Amino acid sequence: MDQLSQINNGISVLEIIYVIASVLFILGLKMLSHPLTARRGNILAAFGMLFAIIATILFHTKDGKPIGNIPWILIAIAIGTVIGWVIAKKVKMTAMPQLVSFFNGMGGAAAALISMIEFPNVSPELIAEQGIANGHVLAILLGLMIGTVSWAGSMIAYGKLDGWIGDMRIKAMKYINLTILFVLIGFIVFIMTRDVQTTSELTPLIYIMFAVAVIYGVLFVMPIGGADMPVVISLLNSFTGVAAAMGGFLYNNQAMLTGGILVGSAGTILTVLMCRAMNRSLLNVIVGVFGGGGSANVTVDGSVKEISLTDAAVLLSYSKKVVIVPGYGLAVAQAQHICHELDKLLEEKGVEVKYAIHPVAGRMPGHMNVLLAEADVPYEQLIESDEINPDLPNTDVLIVIGANDVVNPAAEDDPSSPIYGMPIIKARDAKNIIVMKRGMGKGYAAIENMLFFNDKTRMLFGDAKSTLQNLVNEVKSL
Amino acid sequence: MENTLGFFLQHREAIFIVILSIFLGIEVISHVPAILHTPLMSGANAIHGVVIIGAIIVMGHADTTGSMILGFLAVVLGTLNVVGGFVVTDRMLEMFKKKK
Repeated sequence: MDQLSQINNGISVLEIIYVIASVLFILGLKMLSHPLTARRGNILAAFGMLFAIIATILFHTKDGKPIGNIPWILIAIAIGTVIGWVIAKKVKMTAMPQLVSFFNGMGGAAAALISMIEFPNVSPELIAEQGIANGHVLAILLGLMIGTVSWAGSMIAYGKLDGWIGDMRIKAMKYINLTILFVLIGFIVFIMTRDVQTTSELTPLIYIMFAVAVIYGVLFVMPIGGADMPVVISLLNSFTGVAAAMGGFLYNNQAMLTGGILVGSAGTILTVLMCRAMNRSLLNVIVGVFGGGGSANVTVDGSVKEISLTDAAVLLSYSKKVVIVPGYGLAVAQAQHICHELDKLLEEKGVEVKYAIHPVAGRMPGHMNVLLAEADVPYEQLIESDEINPDLPNTDVLIVIGANDVVNPAAEDDPSSPIYGMPIIKARDAKNIIVMKRGMGKGYAAIENMLFFNDKTRMLFGDAKSTLQNLVNEVKSL
Repeated sequence: MENTLGFFLQHREAIFIVILSIFLGIEVISHVPAILHTPLMSGANAIHGVVIIGAIIVMGHADTTGSMILGFLAVVLGTLNVVGGFVVTDRMLEMFKKKK
């Protein structure tokens, strides 16, 4: 009865709304995993978030009354909304992966800040009762550590994808990282075994721990490069989920707990699925040296042969079947629209045109589909690599536009190659191959590509957009 | 040992939710086609913006200038995560939709 008399309307409404929000998160995530319902799912989850935020502001005190500092909270939300909205609307589709990483980092930072504020506030009564080694303190420390690592790591990932941070590889890196990780865990153990009355006397330690976690986050992502980047972002995404769930522990808040853990586990599964698409293990990604120097011992026999625009136009126009393999080079050149123009032009001439989409084409799984969808290329023309591979021997011309690693035969031939075992588009099976490239530079994984030296391959050097434009003009004038 | 058991008893509800949520997360995601990996990651990214609720709570009982400033920052960053995350995801999915 005692308990019942404490219940009041505000708290009940709050808890009911948290339940609704959790259900909306789950439904939203479920719908996001099917093409037809995905957009509604996203909006559903957004409404869940909105309800949870409003309810928290209105009812989150012990007696179910509005919380304090509401004007400041609303100002902060307004600032975040405007900035977030503008960035999200303005950014180019090619820059999508780094943006996801950036927003992910913001969430991690928020989780870390919460822990920093709450640490000195742990009630002395709780410490007197249970000692400092209690669930509350553990949640704060874990939230700080995971949130900070996620923030620092995401910022590095953002910088790398945006191209202003390079890779850094030192052989001993994994030992250094392992050591720092142990230091971090050591900090948690040390703090939780102190004999103190209040946590405020340990506060300086929190700041040192924050600094160490920043270093760990940076070093954790620094050596990872190449096609592994999206896997890391996905992993950091699930880290932030766990950090948010720590906040749920802290405030005994069910919405934060479900939302956070849901993303934590779904993110981990997504990470594993991505690894599987590249035929790599997660451990390999984290400690491996993908995209490193690669095998230096490749002997290049044969030479690179160029093709003129006119010849390429003739070859394409008189083919029956053409397959386009788009890569990130196409995306950065913003050439997806002109590429679609070429494919329409060829289809008018009776050529069958398909796009072969590698699971990791672009910078993230599914990234290329988004980019081509933006250019109005119909779904039906986008074929996944597994499906199109058996068809390639019957393909007259295969055009590789700004792709490299996903058509590299070394994945099948060369066991010493870092990409060995990765499923590829078997470009060399096609009757003719045209490769559009800016120059003879290596791909994102920095590995030599023997496809370019194949007898059937002809190179068309230049920026993807202008080359495609010229090619379209040539085809038109035929 | 007693501590561990006590810890478990004290947090049994939360532990229950965590375990169920883990299975739920795995179940919900497991059959997603590769083309949706990016939007899904982005959508999940927006959902963990739920950390903003923690930031609002912190801000709600902040009494010192220091915690006000940090709390304010936390709310701004959390909102960035939520709003940016959902808007970007919607932009990605919008492109898939207009094909139909």
